[in-house]
Order: sequence, then C-alpha cells, then structure tokens
Amino acid sequence: MMILSRLCAKLAGIVFTILVITSINFVLIHAAPGDPAMVIAGQSGAADAKFIEQVRAEYGLDQPFLVQLGTYIGKVVQLDLGYSYRQRAEVSQLILERLGPTLMLTLSAFFLSLIGGVLFGAFAGRRHGTWADLAVSLISLLFYATPVFWLGLMLVLVFSIQLDWLPAFGYANIRASSFGPIEYALDVAKHLILPVVTLSAIYMAVYTRLMRSSLIEVSHEDHVRTARAKGLNEGQILRRHMLRNAAVPVVTFAGLQAGALIGGAVVVETVFSWPGIGRLTFDAVTARDYPVLLGLFLMMSVLVIATNHLTDVLHRIIDPRIKGR
Amino acid sequence: MQGFMRTFLSRPAGGVGLVLLALVCLLAIVAPLLYPVSPWEMVGIPFSRPGENGMLLGSDTLGRDIAAGIVHGARVSILIGFASTATALGIGVLLGCIAGYAGGAVDAAIVRFTEIFQTIPSFVLAILFVAILTPSITTIILAIGLVSWPPLSRLTRAQVKTVSQREFVQAARCQGQSTISVVLRHVLPNAVSPIIVAGSLTVAAAILIEAALSFMGLGDPNFMSWGYMIGAGRTVIRQAWWMSVFPGIAILLTVVAINLVGEALNDTLNPRISRA
Repeated sequence: MMILSRLCAKLAGIVFTILVITSINFVLIHAAPGDPAMVIAGQSGAADAKFIEQVRAEYGLDQPFLVQLGTYIGKVVQLDLGYSYRQRAEVSQLILERLGPTLMLTLSAFFLSLIGGVLFGAFAGRRHGTWADLAVSLISLLFYATPVFWLGLMLVLVFSIQLDWLPAFGYANIRASSFGPIEYALDVAKHLILPVVTLSAIYMAVYTRLMRSSLIEVSHEDHVRTARAKGLNEGQILRRHMLRNAAVPVVTFAGLQAGALIGGAVVVETVFSWPGIGRLTFDAVTARDYPVLLGLFLMMSVLVIATNHLTDVLHRIIDPRIKGR
Repeated sequence: MQGFMRTFLSRPAGGVGLVLLALVCLLAIVAPLLYPVSPWEMVGIPFSRPGENGMLLGSDTLGRDIAAGIVHGARVSILIGFASTATALGIGVLLGCIAGYAGGAVDAAIVRFTEIFQTIPSFVLAILFVAILTPSITTIILAIGLVSWPPLSRLTRAQVKTVSQREFVQAARCQGQSTISVVLRHVLPNAVSPIIVAGSLTVAAAILIEAALSFMGLGDPNFMSWGYMIGAGRTVIRQAWWMSVFPGIAILLTVVAINLVGEALNDTLNPRISRA
C-alpha cells in the first residue's frame, strides 16, 4: 500500500512537470512577435496561407486563451507534436528517427565521464596536497572552462586533420552499406570516439572535482579510522570502505546533470554532424523550424525526467540506507 | 576590507584570476580605441595567416581581422555574462528569500517550481527562447538569466532559512519591524556571502552558454562574439585553424579567470566551508 501511494505521488509529479513544460512552450508561442499561427507553422510554412488557416483552425487560435491552452495540452497528450512544413513530416516522427544515435552518444558519455571522474577523483583525493593532486585539479579546472564545441573542433584538428587517426564527422562511412555487421559496428564506434570524448570531458572534470573532495571528506570519518586501526591496508580501505561512500554524491549529481548532458549533445552533434536530435535542433534553429524546436524541447525534457528516475534507482543500489525513505 | 583583500590575494590562484579578468575587462573597455573600425568590416586579404598582412591573429574568410573580433567580442561576453547573472540573481534571490522566510505552503510551492526548472534541459530552453523571440542582446540575456536562477534560488532559500532562525532576527521581529525590513536589513546581509560566490561562478557559466548560443547561430547579429567566430571558422578549419583556435582560447581564459576569482572568493568569504 505504501509503495502504491508513493508510486502515485511520483507519477503525479511527473505529469505535473510535463504540464509545466508544455505550458512554457505555449507561453513562448504566444510571446513571440507576430501571429502565433506563424510560430506553430514555422517560418517556411508561414508563406502558405492555406496551411496557416489550417493551423489556426486546428489549434483553435480564435478561441479564448484557456481553451487554446487546453487544445495545445490535449494535442501533446496524444503525442501530436505538430507538423514540420519544411521537412514535410510529423515532428514526433522526425524526433523518434533521430533518438537512437543521441541515446548512444549521451549514454556513452554519461558512463565514460562518471567512471573517469570517479577514478581521477579518487586518484587525486588519495594524494591530497601532492603535485599529482594539484595537476589533476588544474587539468580539471581547464576542461571545466573549455567550451564544448571548441574542444570538439580542437580534437578534430589534432586527431582527424593532423594525425588522420579518426573520422572528423558523421555516423558511419559512406560505403558503410557494403559493410558486414561487425565491420559496420566498428565503423560506427570509430565515429563515436571523438564526440563521446568531447561531450565527456567537461563532466569528467566536474565529477573529478566532486569525487576528490568527497573522498577527502570520507577519509576523515570514524569508520575509516576503525578500518585502519583494524590493520587493513590502504588499498582495501579505499576499495571497501571509502569508494562507495564517496561516490554517492557524485552519482546524485550526475543524475541531476542529465539535462545539461543533453544540452551538450546539441552542440557536440552540431560539431560532428552526428545524426541525432541535437543535430536536428541545429537544423531547426537554422531553418527557424519552430514546431520541431518546440517538440524537441518537450521530448528532451521527458528524456531528462526519465533519466532522473533511473538514477534514483541506481542511487538506491549504491546506497541501501535510502531504501526506506 | 583590507583583511579581505589580504586573504583574497594570499591565494596565488585568486591573484592570477583577478589579473586575467581585469585584462579581459580592459580589452572590452578600450576595444573601440584599439580597433576603431567595426570588426565586421573587411580590412585585409581573406585567409591571411596570423602575422600576415599586418593582422596579428590573421583574417577570416571575408578578410575581417580576427584580433579586432576578439577584442570586440570581449565586450559582448563580459556584458552578457554579468547582465544575465544579475537577471538570474534577481529571480533566484527573490524566490529564495520568499520561500526561505515564508516557509509552509509557499515554500513548498516555490521549491517544487524550482525543481521543475532544474530538470528542464536549460540549454535547449535557452535555444528555444532566443530562436522564437528573435536573437538580440536582450533576449540572450533574458534567456540565460531564465535558465540560470534555480541553483541561486535553492542556495538563497537554504541560507535565509538558517539565518532567520537566529536570535538577532527574532529580536528585530519583536521590535515590530516590517517583514521586508527584517529580510533586507538583517537576514540578507548575513546570508549573502555564499550567494556572491555562486553568482561569480554563474557569470562563467553564462559566458559559456552565450558562446554556445552564438555558435549555433543565435547571437545578436549586430555584435561580434567569440562563439559566432568559432562557428563561422568551423567549416574552413582544414585550411584555416586560426579562425576557430583564437576565439576559443579567449573564451577559455576568461572562464578560467572567473572560476579562479570565484574560488578565491569562496576561500575568503566562507573560510569554514572551504577548509572543511
């Protein structure tokens, strides 16, 4: 019974969040200079008077404000995110087609940055006050301050143009259709390396700093002193008594970064012409294809909410103390 | 104040950051004197390498001076960084104060609202906001302010909550001072130092968001900005690395400087927190 009511509360929270996000879209459509129908139609659709009329009728734009809001929310609930006049396709269709590559990119970056951050942070934290610690801190400060898209370009400059080791852009080789499945997977993986490293760098820097300070804090705790008094060696103390504790705030924080990660994916996909929803965002910005932009914002928000709940589960696995709460 | 400066400068990182930041601000101020001609003006041969044809950092695809662009771009970055942080502080501190001081249902509602804003992918909201309301300095500042306030609001709320429990606040209330006066004269001044630190780090984040927006083609078309320069140089990076390398270094140095200043401020203003 307890579990059921908690689940209900959680679901209500999710629904409410999505309602707020939908309302933000709605408000933006109406705050735009000019006719809201033009925004919903997108700049390329706006030239077509018949299409505009159709949009106006469909969204009830001659109705009172609240009725309009209701109509808009109703459409979103039915997963109708509008129609892109420019691309001549349903917005939801466009987004779903591009979801796979983005998930591949963001999930790889998420795990790479988390693992890298925990390892580097633990490395620096154990050597608190030494040159190695200072070096890790300095490097992470630099990566933290680097614009993501610029880092991507610099990696292309070095690894694609100068060294010619990795492809500079795209998802797969142009001749990929003639590849076997294993060869194809390897080709995609090769294309994935630079985008993932670019997207991970800033988060790895953040997690390194967090893990470092968290480990230093944990190292002062009583149970660590007890472990040391028991005669365990430093490696065992680190692995069995400190790492897991210290990683809890890092995982919490990483979960909260899902929104930022997807924002980062937008610029990274733009730099590397990665065919995901980030690249779709860039194309929609360039073409002022508003229905696609509005739909993307909604979809990405839903993705972030889903991720937040996933990290919640992950959190419970790492830290059994919060199970009861 | 003297003690403050001494502690601040006793950290080498703080001094370095301050000098770097002062340099960027100085560049921004004297830009029209250094390069009186608009950075959009074609002044030399396109694709000049750094040092060629009298252009220190080379020219871009249309023969515009990269160095002029960088100096003028500093104005945009600094302006947007500080103005959007001011906007975010305005929203965040106001909401945080109300939530922290009022408590109860008002508090719960504001906390929920803040949480929702924190889950939203902020950069995507900024893109949407600027694209729909047409790119200009004002919409960019508003967009960045709109997506940057939630951490400031949470911090303010937590601070106000602790401070308002203290005896001197109760004393002020017992004297019959109005709520606004209690909050403005007694609570906020004692809650402000972590907010200043967080605000300084928000400036750095805001500069990065602005750069990313103008890289995506959502900059104000009337002002040269570093992100725009990188975006424009991106397509010719094989032939002309300097067009995208130098503006990036400018962003990197500015953001590092602000982060260093922020950390030194943190060590100075919150000695207990930072040494723990």
